[in-house]
Amino acid sequence: MISSQVAARGRVLRLGALLPLAWAVVLLFVPYAFLLVQSFWRVAGGALTPDFTLDNYRRLIGTSLYPRTILYSAETALWVTGFALLLAYPLAYLLAFKARRHRELLYFAVIIPLWVSYVVRAYAWKIILGQHGILNGLLLSLGVIHEPLSVLLYSRWAVVVALTHIYTPFALMPIFAVLESIPPSLREASQDLYAGRWRTFLHVTLPLSLPGVLAGATFAFVLSMGDFLAPQLLGGNDSALMVSNLVWSLFGVAYNWPLGAAVAVVMLGLTLALLALTGAIERRGQTR
Amino acid sequence: MRRGSDYPLWIAGVGALAFLYLPVAVVVAFSFHDQSIIAWPLQLGTLRWYGMLAGDTGMLAAAWASVKLALLAVAIALVMGVPGAFVLDRLDFPGKTAFRRLVLLPLILPGVITGVALLSFFSLLHLSLSSGYPLVPGWPVVLGHGAALTPVVTTQVFARLQRLDRSLEEASQDLYADEWRTFRYVTLPTIRSAVLGSALLVFTLSLDEIAVTFFLVGRQNTLPLQLWGLLRRGITPEVNAAATVIFVVSVAVIVLAARAMQQNPD
Repeated sequence: MISSQVAARGRVLRLGALLPLAWAVVLLFVPYAFLLVQSFWRVAGGALTPDFTLDNYRRLIGTSLYPRTILYSAETALWVTGFALLLAYPLAYLLAFKARRHRELLYFAVIIPLWVSYVVRAYAWKIILGQHGILNGLLLSLGVIHEPLSVLLYSRWAVVVALTHIYTPFALMPIFAVLESIPPSLREASQDLYAGRWRTFLHVTLPLSLPGVLAGATFAFVLSMGDFLAPQLLGGNDSALMVSNLVWSLFGVAYNWPLGAAVAVVMLGLTLALLALTGAIERRGQTR
Repeated sequence: MRRGSDYPLWIAGVGALAFLYLPVAVVVAFSFHDQSIIAWPLQLGTLRWYGMLAGDTGMLAAAWASVKLALLAVAIALVMGVPGAFVLDRLDFPGKTAFRRLVLLPLILPGVITGVALLSFFSLLHLSLSSGYPLVPGWPVVLGHGAALTPVVTTQVFARLQRLDRSLEEASQDLYADEWRTFRYVTLPTIRSAVLGSALLVFTLSLDEIAVTFFLVGRQNTLPLQLWGLLRRGITPEVNAAATVIFVVSVAVIVLAARAMQQNPD
């Protein structure tokens, strides 16, 4: 009887382990893998047709639109990453070392904008940068300009500003976590050795915080490169579209899922390669 | 003299904070704007956009659908994510490293990839995007949110389990507590705040999710998509009122989550 209880418990445990594994395999592994499979299919007579053709990839490489858009997205994402780091690092530094009593409050103050609806954060820039927007209103009343500028909105820069706003907190959190974990004794030792604040920063704090910077930069880059809603709202004409917008239209109006899957697979591959690269850099940093 | 050299740092920090808050402040302020065209200068002093919002049946239906969807996502994420964390913490099996990386993917990948992958998969299964409506907003979007957000629970609970001192569980068993009691009185109190906190996180993330939702939504729009639809048709100040309400609710939930996480800082 006891043995049957044990056996029953064993079954429960096995089920408890199998369920999450099966869930991840069915709803994550299979869909991602199927995306790869589908990228070799084709559309025939308005229907998806299983096949094994490299046509989609050939078209992807051969049509200048796709490589150009991927490069354009990467460039946009690089700008976003740079700005996000510039904003996030001083904030994280303040949080980690300068904010004493109010640290928790300040941390919340930084995190809260993250919880404003994504759509709203993207569109708020429309109010700020638009032709009758706040920035134009301000510049007009200050007499800096005499006619509203129409170039602020619907440009790459509007997209960069909005994406920087959206992804700065993602850059900040890993930087803050790393800065916070630096033992105070290291920074104190440096100052005991008469290193100035700059030298302490350049030779102690900054090098030790690089893994966090790398993680934050990776997040900001990958997520902003894959964004498609802010560009659609603020990017204006087709020239400012990102690679995800192509995927979106191929899975939508253009109804060419196999080609869309191929573009998504390329994005997936680039992302995984980047993650592997940053992971390797981080491991090398640790062993040194 | 020491403090003096901090000024550039504080200026940079305050500047960054101002940048982060500018859009929030703009949206909240313009939700009280007494003009139907959103343009500078701001004219405060009306609640009519909130009144309009309260009477917008499409928006209310979308909000209700989003709440249902978020609750279901939380349920799925807990049922799959908590055992998943235990599997990662306590079991060894072939392909475990691959499994760990796999469950992280939805958190790292742009939503568009997860979205089209799930869309293709459900379409392969001939599962209609509106199936299950009106009981749920649609099974694909429910399963999609569940799949994309389970990793949040798994990673949070896993991190907590890693910090759990296993000798506590052994001590409990040495004192003749059976496995259930050990779990109930030793393991559960340790992970409870992580479970609760990650559940609230999943709730707010699901409420705001748009990239994956975009591809999986059926007949019934979710709240972010309803907002998106309004924006595409031209901006009305009602959007600002809706945004302000969503903002206040999300912040309340997040503060609750943070407090839940802090209650048991083991």
